[in-house]
Amino acid sequence: MQRLAKPETAVAIGVIALGLLALYETTEIPVSPMYAQVGPTLVAYLASALLILLGLGLIVQVWTGLWTSPPEETEVVLDIRALGWLLLGLVLNIGLIGPLGFIPASTLLFACTARAFGSTRPGRDVLIGLAFAAVAYFGFAQLLNINIGESSLLSALLEGGN
Amino acid sequence: MDTLSLLAGGFAVALQPMNLLWALVGVTLGTAIGVLPGLGPALTIALLLPITFSVPATAAFILFAGIYYGAMYGGSTTSILLNTPGESATIITALEGHKMAKKGRAAAALATAAIGSFVAGTIGTLGLTFVAPPLVEFALRFGPADYFSLMVVAFIAVSAVLGTSVLRGLTALAFGILLGLVGIDLQTGQPRFTLGLPELLDGINVIVVAVGLFAVGETLYLAGRPKSEVTLVPLKGRAYMTKEDWQRSWKPWLRGSFLGFPFGALPAGGAEVPTFVSYFLEKKLSKKPEEFGHGAIEGVAGPEAANNASAAGVLVPMLALGLPTSATAAIMLSAFQSYGINPGPQLLQSQPELVWGLIASLYVGNVMLLILNLPLAGLWAKILAIPSPWLYGGILVFATIGTYGISQSWIDLVLLYLIGGVGYLMRRFDFPTAPTVIGMILGPFAEQEFRRAMTISAGDMSTFVTRPLSLTLLIIAALLLITPLLLRLRDRKRG
Repeated sequence: MQRLAKPETAVAIGVIALGLLALYETTEIPVSPMYAQVGPTLVAYLASALLILLGLGLIVQVWTGLWTSPPEETEVVLDIRALGWLLLGLVLNIGLIGPLGFIPASTLLFACTARAFGSTRPGRDVLIGLAFAAVAYFGFAQLLNINIGESSLLSALLEGGN
Repeated sequence: MDTLSLLAGGFAVALQPMNLLWALVGVTLGTAIGVLPGLGPALTIALLLPITFSVPATAAFILFAGIYYGAMYGGSTTSILLNTPGESATIITALEGHKMAKKGRAAAALATAAIGSFVAGTIGTLGLTFVAPPLVEFALRFGPADYFSLMVVAFIAVSAVLGTSVLRGLTALAFGILLGLVGIDLQTGQPRFTLGLPELLDGINVIVVAVGLFAVGETLYLAGRPKSEVTLVPLKGRAYMTKEDWQRSWKPWLRGSFLGFPFGALPAGGAEVPTFVSYFLEKKLSKKPEEFGHGAIEGVAGPEAANNASAAGVLVPMLALGLPTSATAAIMLSAFQSYGINPGPQLLQSQPELVWGLIASLYVGNVMLLILNLPLAGLWAKILAIPSPWLYGGILVFATIGTYGISQSWIDLVLLYLIGGVGYLMRRFDFPTAPTVIGMILGPFAEQEFRRAMTISAGDMSTFVTRPLSLTLLIIAALLLITPLLLRLRDRKRG
């Protein structure tokens, strides 16, 4: 009896679940009888069915031992602490980019990511992140004419200073 | 003769000062991101897509093509000096190139890579110049059914032929097609897969998917793994190629070029396969096969040339048929959309200035890249000294700016990080990401052709198998799908 590869099974089930969700969503698409032949649902049904079938195929591959991850993936100990720092940075960024603006939120994201990749000097990382975010904001965004909103904290500080 | 006059017109466009500047910016940026591990041309072009709102199409495509070519040059620097491929297509370069560097011959390895890239890039661009027009002539006869079947070939080729698993490749493709379906159906106005979120009515932006998969996913993956110290081989001296190096390099350059171009041009795009083939070919033909594995210069010259020639080859189906066969080409295709330009065989006629200006700029860009990479290799190597905490911090900040800039909605950021999570899983469980991007961008085109064909045939599915061209293409697709499975079965019976 082959040892069941648990993570791979979970991924295969995830693929099936995504297919089922897509299938359900497809049945919710209203179809006008005018387009009955080649309406908006045909390709959606095909894609959903394909995902479900592929997911089932993947499960069979796991069970028959055809799909296993190489030892460099299975034997490695996941660096949970690093992932935690990175996720913290991402969540902070989502939460703060609206209220604080791009530059402060990005500075925190930069510092958290640096911490995740083994930096041990948060103060220095914050300064570099701030400089980098400012250059990115004023350089990249203005150059490309993309509007990433006011950096509200920064403008508040500038106004407070004046 | 006609092609030559069109090309001359292209040079008139490409040599305009502003366009020269765009090409220079492109190749410089491309080399830099090619050098940096974890950053690729697909990601960079995706991040720069907003530029399509503010500059003319010709300028934007000259920039994108410069990035694309530049990344191919830059990737080799990382492979040689760091033994970490900057690009998946330069894995092979690391084999011999890094050994050469360890023996103190880094400068020679970088030189043969740069000159080989130049030779191959130029030969590949020549190929593009003369293969694309006749291909267009042929493709103009395609009906919607034929087109749909051609896209099926491309789908199968990119997901089932490359990579380690047919099932996982197809799963990645199906996921991409699903992402491409999200939003309002343009023909009927019905929202699909929007989960009731108004933000999803416009569909999921390509930038979000490309940046999520390539930047966020990669960063998550690397953060979760043990951090290993990589050692950079210092680049010292000016010991360029000796006479013997030249003698051992020029044939591999040419062979690599002629090998790489067709591989890139076939819908089974991707630069990895020809680099592998070139490596083994050079090993076989070499007068000193014993040097392979210990720093043989042929093992750098051949694969590097193959890699660059295939980059030019990928542009053939992209420009002539509107058929992207790599993630980068798919993202360039979506840039056409944002200009309202219809990619496909009409492109050469409707946008001659754009297409020929772009092709001419590739010749120009190659010359620029040779100049940038030969004397300045040491400078590019310095980029590698950026500590990884700052490199990945910077990548995520850029990922945020590119995504948040789309609509200033935090929902886009949530979507970006979710897709990043999917990208992490795909990397961890060895699903290829290119089929997802290609499926997302090409999927809607395929659906459009499918529905057109069905409308013409009044809902009769048999139109796909009664048209000879369409049938041939579908048989090719089926063979592409079945052959690897049969080969594997045969191997298992033997083993």
